[in-house]
Amino acid sequence: MRLILALALTHIRGRGRQTLVAIIGVALGVGFSIAMAALMQGGEDDFVARLVDTMPHVDITDEYRNARRQPAQDAFTAAQIAGLRPKDDRRGILNPTEAVAMLRAWVPGRLALSLKTQGVVRYSGRDVGIAIIGIEPQAEMKVSSLAKDFRQGSFTSLIAGGNNIVVGDRLAQRLGAELGTTVTVVSSTGQSRAFKIVGLFHTGTTARDEGEGYVLLKNAQILSERPNAINEIRLKLDDPNAAPQVARRAEAQLGYKAMAWQEANESLLQALVIRNVIMYTVVGAILLVAGFGIFNIISTITHEKARDIAILKSLGFTETDMRRLFLLEGVALGAGGSLVGWAVGFSLCFALSLVRFELSGAAVTQEITHLPLAWSIWHYLIAAGFALVSAGVAGYLPARQAARLNPVDIIRGAT
Amino acid sequence: MSALIETKGLTRVLPAAVPVTLVEGITLAIGAGEFVAITGPSGSGKSSLLYLLGLLDKPTGGSLAIEGRDIEGLSERERAGIRLATLGFVFQFHFLLPEFTVRENVEIPMRRLGHLGAAAMRERSTELLSALGLADHLDKRPDQLSGGQRQRVAVARSLANDPPLILADEPTGSLDSKNSDQVFAILDALVRERGKTVIAVTHDTEMAAKASRRIHLVDGRLAES
Repeated sequence: MRLILALALTHIRGRGRQTLVAIIGVALGVGFSIAMAALMQGGEDDFVARLVDTMPHVDITDEYRNARRQPAQDAFTAAQIAGLRPKDDRRGILNPTEAVAMLRAWVPGRLALSLKTQGVVRYSGRDVGIAIIGIEPQAEMKVSSLAKDFRQGSFTSLIAGGNNIVVGDRLAQRLGAELGTTVTVVSSTGQSRAFKIVGLFHTGTTARDEGEGYVLLKNAQILSERPNAINEIRLKLDDPNAAPQVARRAEAQLGYKAMAWQEANESLLQALVIRNVIMYTVVGAILLVAGFGIFNIISTITHEKARDIAILKSLGFTETDMRRLFLLEGVALGAGGSLVGWAVGFSLCFALSLVRFELSGAAVTQEITHLPLAWSIWHYLIAAGFALVSAGVAGYLPARQAARLNPVDIIRGAT
Repeated sequence: MSALIETKGLTRVLPAAVPVTLVEGITLAIGAGEFVAITGPSGSGKSSLLYLLGLLDKPTGGSLAIEGRDIEGLSERERAGIRLATLGFVFQFHFLLPEFTVRENVEIPMRRLGHLGAAAMRERSTELLSALGLADHLDKRPDQLSGGQRQRVAVARSLANDPPLILADEPTGSLDSKNSDQVFAILDALVRERGKTVIAVTHDTEMAAKASRRIHLVDGRLAES
């Protein structure tokens, strides 16, 4: 086998320029695939990180996954009941203190309670419908991504005496209000209270910046006339990937619908899978083209080395030996190209990591960002693996032809 | 003593619209220690016969046995094994691998056979090449040698695995008379001194005359002379 390898390397070395071209072809293929994979994966990771960051990892709401069975349905199992008027359940998560205590006992992470209700903010003759969210500022700080997005004030500003509210900056703009302005909040139950704006946040998501107002949990309960009620428990886990298991367990324990962020964003995550399929297709195509370069050079070598093949066969080399010889030449080119390609890929990634650009949008102060790049040994291994396989295939076809060559034809031709 | 190589009605027909008969009905037996010259006019099938005997080509009829072993039905791998260990080839053109040195060319069959270690192969290649007067050219490449020298390297290579049978296809065909004589003398010495069997296709009447046996072919058939 070492002899075959020596022969293969000699053949390759004998064709300096073509070898170089083939190796560069593979190297560019491998290098670009690595850079592309790093970009795509980096983009995906960045996207998911943002997603995970802005959302609660598990969201437990006062809903049920399936509509509850009505007592009448249970009482008369055999009867078909139509037009039943459902019993009015008390809304909200019942017995929140106990539910929270149960979750605290095992959930690896932090949790925050809230009560979400609908209401209208009224100021200077303008009415804007918003979601009024009652929170506990200390717990909220640890769970919500909003804590980072405050322009002025913070959640803790809510605690200072009197009725306070924090709203998005766009909402304040629409109302013509600013920090310190007192606005009127009217709830869906008709309760009306005056609240002072003590904080402004800006998330970049218009729906939130324009449609959310945070008050103390107690105030929200008063506004909605539901003392001690909550209707949402949000969990922030130490390991976001554990969310589905945690959600399943919490749902089994409490009976309420617990949704993991993966479930909530299923379609987005599916879109990412499609993106990956596209990426690997393109990467595969690049490497396939590189494979043609190898096919070309090995075909040329087998044509030029027809005489050598005849000699080696007459000396007692088998067809298998010949096939191995040229297959090995293909794989050697693939391996050489992969090694150079790793260097190319690494340099490209490094160069891309230096690229910085400015993001500026309406009402957004300029942010300087750079490309999100993921570094993974797998990108290198997969690219090299694919290159080796395509090099093997590219080498195999001419190798098979070479092995079939009849030495007599060559010897006759030469003499 | 059984024949080293024995054929019965050996025939090779090229399949074509009009089939071409290369050799037909060759029956002969060649024993150890013979120097056989195959002669005949161009196109009489001399080389075709040699390729059949050397297992480079497959007969379409008749039988062939080497060292008493019937060749028919052997796999490609087994035929290659016989070429490697039992047969040595010398062609009209030296057919050395141009990228390898003289010594490496001689060692390639040994390495393929794999019976000897690196040191032993080195010793043997040195010995073979020195015996043929090439001691000063061990590390040169074939293109740095003269035609006669190259042909002697080819002879050395054919002896690499010490085969009992050497097949030569016009071994002196591309050499001047001085080199021809030298190569012939080497082949002759192999037969006389080392008991090898040499089967040589030749145009060279002088060489044929010196052989211990001559086989004359006309139109692919034996015409014993």
